[in-house]
Amino acid sequence: MKILVTVKRVEDYESKIKVKPDNSWIVTEGVNYRANPFDEIAVEEALRVRDTNAPSEVVAVSIGSGAAQAEIRSALAMGADRGILVKHDGFLDSDAVARLLQKVVAKEKPDLVLMGKQAVDVDDNVTGQLLAEYLGCGQATFASKKESLESPEEKAKKPGLQLGADKKTLQVAREVDGGLEVLEVQLPAVITVDLRLNVPRYASLPNIMKAKKKPIEELTPAALGVDVAPKVKVVRVEAPPARTAGIKVPDVATLVKKLHEDAKVV
Amino acid sequence: MATILLIAEQAHGHLKKATLSALTAAQQVAQKGGGQIQAVVIGAGAAQSAQELAAYVPTVHAVEGSGFEHALAETHSAAAVEAAKKIGATDVVLAATAYGKDIAPRIAAKLGAGVASDILAVVSANQFKRAMWAGNAIATVEVTTPVKVVSVRATEFPAAQKSGSPGAVQQLGVTAPAPKTRFIEFNEVKSARPELTEASVVVSGGRGTKGDFKPIEELADVLNAAVGASRAVVDAGWQPNDLQVGQTGKVVAPKLYIAAGISGAIQHLAGMKGSKTIVAINKDAEAPIFQVADYGLVADLFKALPELTEEVKKLK
Repeated sequence: MKILVTVKRVEDYESKIKVKPDNSWIVTEGVNYRANPFDEIAVEEALRVRDTNAPSEVVAVSIGSGAAQAEIRSALAMGADRGILVKHDGFLDSDAVARLLQKVVAKEKPDLVLMGKQAVDVDDNVTGQLLAEYLGCGQATFASKKESLESPEEKAKKPGLQLGADKKTLQVAREVDGGLEVLEVQLPAVITVDLRLNVPRYASLPNIMKAKKKPIEELTPAALGVDVAPKVKVVRVEAPPARTAGIKVPDVATLVKKLHEDAKVV
Repeated sequence: MATILLIAEQAHGHLKKATLSALTAAQQVAQKGGGQIQAVVIGAGAAQSAQELAAYVPTVHAVEGSGFEHALAETHSAAAVEAAKKIGATDVVLAATAYGKDIAPRIAAKLGAGVASDILAVVSANQFKRAMWAGNAIATVEVTTPVKVVSVRATEFPAAQKSGSPGAVQQLGVTAPAPKTRFIEFNEVKSARPELTEASVVVSGGRGTKGDFKPIEELADVLNAAVGASRAVVDAGWQPNDLQVGQTGKVVAPKLYIAAGISGAIQHLAGMKGSKTIVAINKDAEAPIFQVADYGLVADLFKALPELTEEVKKLK
């Protein structure tokens, strides 16, 4: 089977995010970039599904500037087979990304699309669902699994997504409010993954070397025939309200008194 | 003139609380753009939940029956779109719960609408504030399409009040499309403690616990709090991943957040600095967590937490 997996280039969550003085965006100079952590979980799952269902192929796709080659290479170093970069400089809203992915799916015809549930830059959590609707296929958001991340299944790197015997369906445990819901989706489908699905592997040095030789195809929105004018524009970016400087308390008794009498929270 | 469709969330005939917060946001959209609100309730028990909602909204449509028993994104988004078309909705508003997040984008795609997700505030009829970079920046976004879909972070809006005169409930007949998804089962998580993202008090432990969460749990129990953990704790395998508070974990905004033995990495701060009152307990007086804490106590958590637990017990 063929699995398409997304890898978005995002600001490293360990980097300090500062808003530009003109409130147009965040300061990008001096910020480290990496693959969206939720996408890394999607890549890991794609590799596990592939390796338990040979022959299969994992194609890593990114949409962004030429620099996003680095994130595709990191997916290839984890073990993905080849890459696609839809090259575009500047802001794309999630709807444009979904419509670009729709065209990539039409071209590649994967059996399964795996994506992070959200990218940790704009935190939209909509692209996978939009894509599923544009493709007219089923979806399972917030994919997780019943087994814990300390379980023998996880240690053995078993996939959390369960492919049906006929390989035409997939069972997915979803992390929803109040518990885990299990759905069966017909393939092709779009699955967005949550934190507890797996622990992504680190790329080994030999695999990093091998990844350098794997092919990355470059496409453009124009070549895919997609108008990327945004439906949702970012008109202003501000720093969150600063927290007022707090106080140090000398002991537990004072702390409880403050919490009870001033903050009125206990 | 705007016509706003509120999509309610319910289970087994009972309205979910988040719906009333989404209604408040819908009322703000109505106020800013000039317009009126109708609602739709979908799923098994919808007629009963619609009665409950009619105390707040003048017209409530109920979609029930075959194909809508389970909250599948394909069928529920289709029903929502039928309702939106029937009333000529210019805005679709719903809570950004797991259900809302699942269906809002599909509704938007069907309506050719832009979707503003997980909004914190209504700025104008088509501009909304939302958190990006895990709350490290607040963006104002503008939806440029004629029809808009807005999902609402429920904790940012108070619950709406009942209106003076009860509204009307109308059955809306919708034929469910054949979904490509099948419900198998729901495994409810039963925990004596409240859910991390919904708790009004959260007690979190970090590396300073050295893996011993007993004092954290004992304090959590007297405060009816959820237990959280820093990434270091989860990475060390001391606590399960779903307790992780932070940018890649859960983003929480409780009334009271107590961080014990947590240094305060950016990653962690991003997940909790929206909390109303923050208490930090750490041996290291220089720990960055103190810069965001309302009340800081430089102390060993193994001494301070049991004391704190006893003091809180005395208050109750």
